[in-house]
Amino acid sequence: MAGADVDVGTELRLGLPGGGAEAAKAAKRGFEDTIDLKLKLPTAGMEEAAAVKPEPAAEKAKRPAEAPDADAEKPPAPKAQAVGWPPVRSYRRNVMTVQSVKSKKEEEPEKQQSAVTAGSNSSAFVKVSMDGAPYLRKVDLKMYDSYKDLSIALKKMFSTFATTGNNMNEGKLVDPVSGADVVTTYEDKDGDWMLVGDVPWEMFVESCKRLRIMKSSEAIGLAPRAKDKCKNKS
Amino acid sequence: MSTPHSSSTTSGPHRASSPPGPQIPQSLTLAPTAASSASPSPSSSSASGMRDAAGDDSDSPPSQMSEDDPGGGWEPDLRAGNGRWAPPDQVLENVLESVLEFLTAARDRNAASLVCRSWYRAEAQTRRELFIGNCYAVSPRRAVERFGGLRAVVLKGKPRFADFSLVPYGWGAYVSPWVAALGPAYPRLERICLKRMTVSDDDLALVANSFPLFRELSLVYCDGFSTLGLAVIAERCRHLRVLDLMEDYVEDEDDELVDWISKFPESNTSLESLVFDCVSVPFNFEALEALVARSPALRRLRVNHHVSVEQLRRLMARAPQLTHFGTGAFRSEAAPGGGLSVAELATSFAASKSLTCLSGFRDVNPEYLPAIYPACAKLTSLNFSFASLTAEELKPVIRNCINLRTFWVLDTVGDEGLQAVAGTCSDLRELRVFPLDASEDSEGSVSDVGLHAISEGCPKLESILYFCQQMTNEAVIAMSKKCPDLVVFRLCIMGRRRPDRITGDPMDEGFGAIVKNCKKLTRLSVSGLLTDKAFAYIGNHGKLIKTLSVAFAGNSDMSLQYVFEGCTKLQKLEVRDSPFTDKGLLSGLNYFYNMRFLWMNSCKLTMRGCKDVAQQMQNLVVEVIKDHTDDEGEDDIVDKLYLYRSLAGPRNDAPPFVTLL
Repeated sequence: MAGADVDVGTELRLGLPGGGAEAAKAAKRGFEDTIDLKLKLPTAGMEEAAAVKPEPAAEKAKRPAEAPDADAEKPPAPKAQAVGWPPVRSYRRNVMTVQSVKSKKEEEPEKQQSAVTAGSNSSAFVKVSMDGAPYLRKVDLKMYDSYKDLSIALKKMFSTFATTGNNMNEGKLVDPVSGADVVTTYEDKDGDWMLVGDVPWEMFVESCKRLRIMKSSEAIGLAPRAKDKCKNKS
Repeated sequence: MSTPHSSSTTSGPHRASSPPGPQIPQSLTLAPTAASSASPSPSSSSASGMRDAAGDDSDSPPSQMSEDDPGGGWEPDLRAGNGRWAPPDQVLENVLESVLEFLTAARDRNAASLVCRSWYRAEAQTRRELFIGNCYAVSPRRAVERFGGLRAVVLKGKPRFADFSLVPYGWGAYVSPWVAALGPAYPRLERICLKRMTVSDDDLALVANSFPLFRELSLVYCDGFSTLGLAVIAERCRHLRVLDLMEDYVEDEDDELVDWISKFPESNTSLESLVFDCVSVPFNFEALEALVARSPALRRLRVNHHVSVEQLRRLMARAPQLTHFGTGAFRSEAAPGGGLSVAELATSFAASKSLTCLSGFRDVNPEYLPAIYPACAKLTSLNFSFASLTAEELKPVIRNCINLRTFWVLDTVGDEGLQAVAGTCSDLRELRVFPLDASEDSEGSVSDVGLHAISEGCPKLESILYFCQQMTNEAVIAMSKKCPDLVVFRLCIMGRRRPDRITGDPMDEGFGAIVKNCKKLTRLSVSGLLTDKAFAYIGNHGKLIKTLSVAFAGNSDMSLQYVFEGCTKLQKLEVRDSPFTDKGLLSGLNYFYNMRFLWMNSCKLTMRGCKDVAQQMQNLVVEVIKDHTDDEGEDDIVDKLYLYRSLAGPRNDAPPFVTLL
């Protein structure tokens, strides 16, 4: 029933940060807003001259600042991120997330799909819920060009997970509490719940009314093949 | 003619000399037929008489006037009586009320209300603004019963750590019962300010319908409402002067966006302040432009990011008298090459001669920054904290801002940018440096170098919030000596428990110097690697500290004990992820009633310790909060504790994940 289109990244699958017990305990604290993917802004001033090189006096090892794909290959972080730390309000984080993604887009104009940005100044905010999360979030679908960009942003928002696997589309999203796989679904204009990724991106943006990240155990009838796909890819 | 009452009723030695009271309003002076000499003396002697009668209850007979007086020309001011003869003790209270009208500070009013019952009543009738720092500390009914003539109410709800996702959704702080109680009680209410409360559209509608004279609505870090509620406010509050929405989480109506801006009255409005940068949905710009054009009193306007520079120019043309301006996105929507030129935009800023406060720059195109140069010299406040500028982009701007007092910025400007700030802004009072990438492992762009520079260049600094990855004790000590006027010192070293970058020492000495040298300090947030020693310093020297925030710090319960015992003015203590046990918690028992609240999460508390506190302290509400995702019943471990003094007892709107002990 669910589209078996393997070309377009379908479910967003992201895994837990490494470290069993500690990560699980951190996850129990709820969901966090920390942006744990580091984006290099192409601004001239943000250079090594201004930055102070971190000394090894720090008791914990520091993760190198890498793009999310590369993170997948590195060993997991030595400690889990803490909820609400550093204490920056989500209002401010959200705006920064949007700006970072946008400036990344500006850096790679040739990769932009003009179909998305042409003639459309309005936004397409949709609610995003994740089962088990204490609150919902909002994303503006028009900020992104592809399912991949969207998955990056969603990962940041519900960021107790990181990618494993070979590339973005194959990362596993694991529900922090139960450890089960999750799938991302959306409600379309007709009110039906669909699996994310079946239709071309532009069509998806037009028809998506809200997003829901749900446990794949609950995705019966919706994405039985999604679960099979998980197993096939992993 | 009238005997000065104090001599007839009180004994000499107790009588205090008449205090030099404020001027008596004319309306209280007796009419010419009565003895005019009575006009100043009744108040002063009444005041001293009240002092003498402090121990008495209101039954003692103060004779403001002797019974012989005709009383015909007497017109009490505050009671409804229009020329009616008022009984003597009521007259006394009327006089007192007139005097107390002049007291505005809450602290003064609280003190006055404690003098005796008569003062208590008079104060309760004349208090115009009610401030409630914890909406659960008192019930709405009780507030309404006590205060007769409120015009403004300020309410705060959730604990501050709710801002950092530490309080689960649905915890509480609903404004509904308050609005329901205030509506019937204060038809003349003009102002409501809410912070961290849940406000629904229905609540907003009730506000609009209950208060025909409503003038000011200020919502800070609130949630629960949408543009629907805003539309009702705009439409029904015909005398609205202030609508300030600051960093609220505004729901969207999925199906229809309400054009709330169009709902303001079509005639000239009395709007003075319209702040809606957090209402992130698109809005009807033409309606806003027209609204601004017919709001001659408008001084503060902060728009959301859906505004281009072309549109900004139009707004500024309509409102050249603006003092506070939030500039939206600060970029052009036109294709590259088209669009407004920088020079044209600069003329708009040149024409706005009253601008003192600029903010916005939500998606700034740095090419447009020079447009604000004409305004820079007059600016006292500049908020770049949503603009990821480099040092090179910042420098030419900040160089012109010689009168700046408040500056908020992103750490993308680096230590170098901060050095530029220090070089120009010698009058700076408040600085906030936010992180672009708020994670522990990001590359820091600002450090102790920037802090050093600021302390050199900005000796008048009073308030600082500084996010960084690396810090040294030396820089913090330097700031403590060079900025002795610091009232607020909040340093967030983002890596948990990170020591001094150079020496590897804990950050104890740095924070110790702050509490020792900054004698006016009332608010402190600590971070980095800290041992009990830091808290010993804080307890010993932080005698004025009212708010203390602790994260990932301390080695033992002694830290808590030092703070409880030493910080005698402590009102708000928020602690997270520190190794404090029930013992530390219990060391505060004698102090909890002096505090507004204590928050502790992810420490080492158990149910037993929390129950101990609840049992011993009857006027404390002790809440244990579980996360939604806490499936396992680790029943004894307490992850989140929130306790606060309260006259209202345990609340009845607590969700299932909150246990009230």
